[in-house]
Amino acid sequence: MRKKNKRVTGFDIGLYTIFGILGLLTLYPFYYVLIVSFANTQASATYSPYLYPHVFDLTGYQMIIGDIYFFKSLMTTLFVTAVGTSLNMVISVMTAYVLSRKRLLGRKQLIVLITFTMLFSGGLIPTYLVVSNLGLINSIWAMIFPGMISTYYVIIMKNYFSGLPQSLEDAAKIDGANDLKVLYKIYLPISKPFMATFALFYAVERWNEWWNAYLYISDKNIKPLQIYLRDILVNFSNQLSTQAQSVVNSQGKVYVQSVQMATIVITMLPIMCLYPFLQKYFVKGVMIGAIKE
Amino acid sequence: MRNKGGGNRTNFVLKSIKSNWILYVMLIPAIIWYLIFCYAPMGGVLLAFKNYQYNRGIFGSPWVGVQHFAQMFSDSDFWRAVINTLIFSFGKLIFHFPVPIIVAVLLNEMRSPGAKKVFQTILTFPHFISWVVLSGILIMIFSSNGIINQVFASLGISQVAPLMSLKSFRPFIWISQIWKEAGWDSIIYMAALTNIDPQLYEAADIDGAGRWQKMWYVTWPGIRNVVCIMLILQVGGIMGGACFDQIFNLYSAPVYAVADIIDTYVYRLSFMTGSNFGYTTAVGLFKSVIGVILITAANKIVVKSGEEGLF
Repeated sequence: MRKKNKRVTGFDIGLYTIFGILGLLTLYPFYYVLIVSFANTQASATYSPYLYPHVFDLTGYQMIIGDIYFFKSLMTTLFVTAVGTSLNMVISVMTAYVLSRKRLLGRKQLIVLITFTMLFSGGLIPTYLVVSNLGLINSIWAMIFPGMISTYYVIIMKNYFSGLPQSLEDAAKIDGANDLKVLYKIYLPISKPFMATFALFYAVERWNEWWNAYLYISDKNIKPLQIYLRDILVNFSNQLSTQAQSVVNSQGKVYVQSVQMATIVITMLPIMCLYPFLQKYFVKGVMIGAIKE
Repeated sequence: MRNKGGGNRTNFVLKSIKSNWILYVMLIPAIIWYLIFCYAPMGGVLLAFKNYQYNRGIFGSPWVGVQHFAQMFSDSDFWRAVINTLIFSFGKLIFHFPVPIIVAVLLNEMRSPGAKKVFQTILTFPHFISWVVLSGILIMIFSSNGIINQVFASLGISQVAPLMSLKSFRPFIWISQIWKEAGWDSIIYMAALTNIDPQLYEAADIDGAGRWQKMWYVTWPGIRNVVCIMLILQVGGIMGGACFDQIFNLYSAPVYAVADIIDTYVYRLSFMTGSNFGYTTAVGLFKSVIGVILITAANKIVVKSGEEGLF
């Protein structure tokens, strides 16, 4: 270990000051969002709330939670995140495991073909035409299928499986287990933390996914949360359902920004709550990715 | 020789497939996915040489040769998008690239592991928030009644609108990208730092080295290789260095002149101006091809220098 030097120097103070400021700059915008989400028209006219909320007006939250389209978009996002992440993991793990087996014929060629897709893609229009020819326009699967495999993750997983001792597989094979069983019964149980990391990466990507939905989904009933939020931000009044509109009318003047910020808070909430506890898994993921076969 | 071996080879293949058939079955979903969602669109780039007609599909549409490319090279908006893409990427290289290295080195100097972890957790947080959300936050903060303009007003400074100004849009993009990603990007350097042999620091202590000297003579050499690799790869990825999600969610018509990158240009042409899909495919293809050449060259350089490349 590095020698412990108990004396606090000017250097240390400077260090903590710099990171204190950086930390505040990083977090303050999120805190400010929270403050504005509680504000209302009168309060925002009287005060300039930067440091703490002057009022706790929950009208913004009430309106969003009362909006049927918010509920539908939440359901869509939950479905896409749950089903999408599960499919991501099943297919990625299977593929990575198979590609890590040396007895697979054409293994090298397959890896080259897969890696090539990270470098070159057909681009926006050819992809759009493929998805539309599959009849996926305005289908919830248009948010799930195109992002089914992250080649980068598959390659990291493949390297990981290659690094596990071959004797594990041999022993199970002697007992008559087939490949699927070996993966499921032997390799997965010892790789739980590793798999959790990738499931988390996939889940965050699914939760944040907006581009496929933006391209392929125009049906308001199956828009995901990110697009619901985007619509609220870009075009406030057109987005709300008639029920929510009637709330707006009955409440008189509604502070549009507080509704928008309330939507942002709700959209970020799961990540905000879970992130501090999961951060170490994410960091581990990057560390694994940095180590090559 | 070949013919003689041919039969054996076929036998060997059949035998291998027969005894490992589950392995091949497990690969089927991935093969289907790659064929449909990666290789079919790659084939779709043929459209760059055709005039797309909706009712005739990709294959039925008539060939037009390199007409789209000729049109592209004389299209001033196309060149504007290329130049903006390069400016965003080079700006990122100059302003963004050094920040995570500095953050990692300074975080590494923190003596309390607890504090290190807390700051790392804070600084990496915005990475997990989408640009849809972050752009909503930034637009609100810099709006006419947002906090920045409120503070400015109370100080007697005139209103600012960085997202609407030709002068400040690009710096805004660079700075907000640093805000979102620098903490996350520093993790790769933190990983390299943990691999430095602690004995080197002890030896430096014995030699009476101060903290700056240790940083310069021990820490920096320990991460120099990683920095070089990241730098080369960043240069290789220059065509993709501009973040589409970020720009698409933050830009607007008044700043197209400085904000429009190739990807946003292709999107707008295809879905808003209704240009021919053949033309926009050609623009996309141009970007992909230059991108592949650059990243392949960068990877060659990394491998030549004796380091592990990307592929």
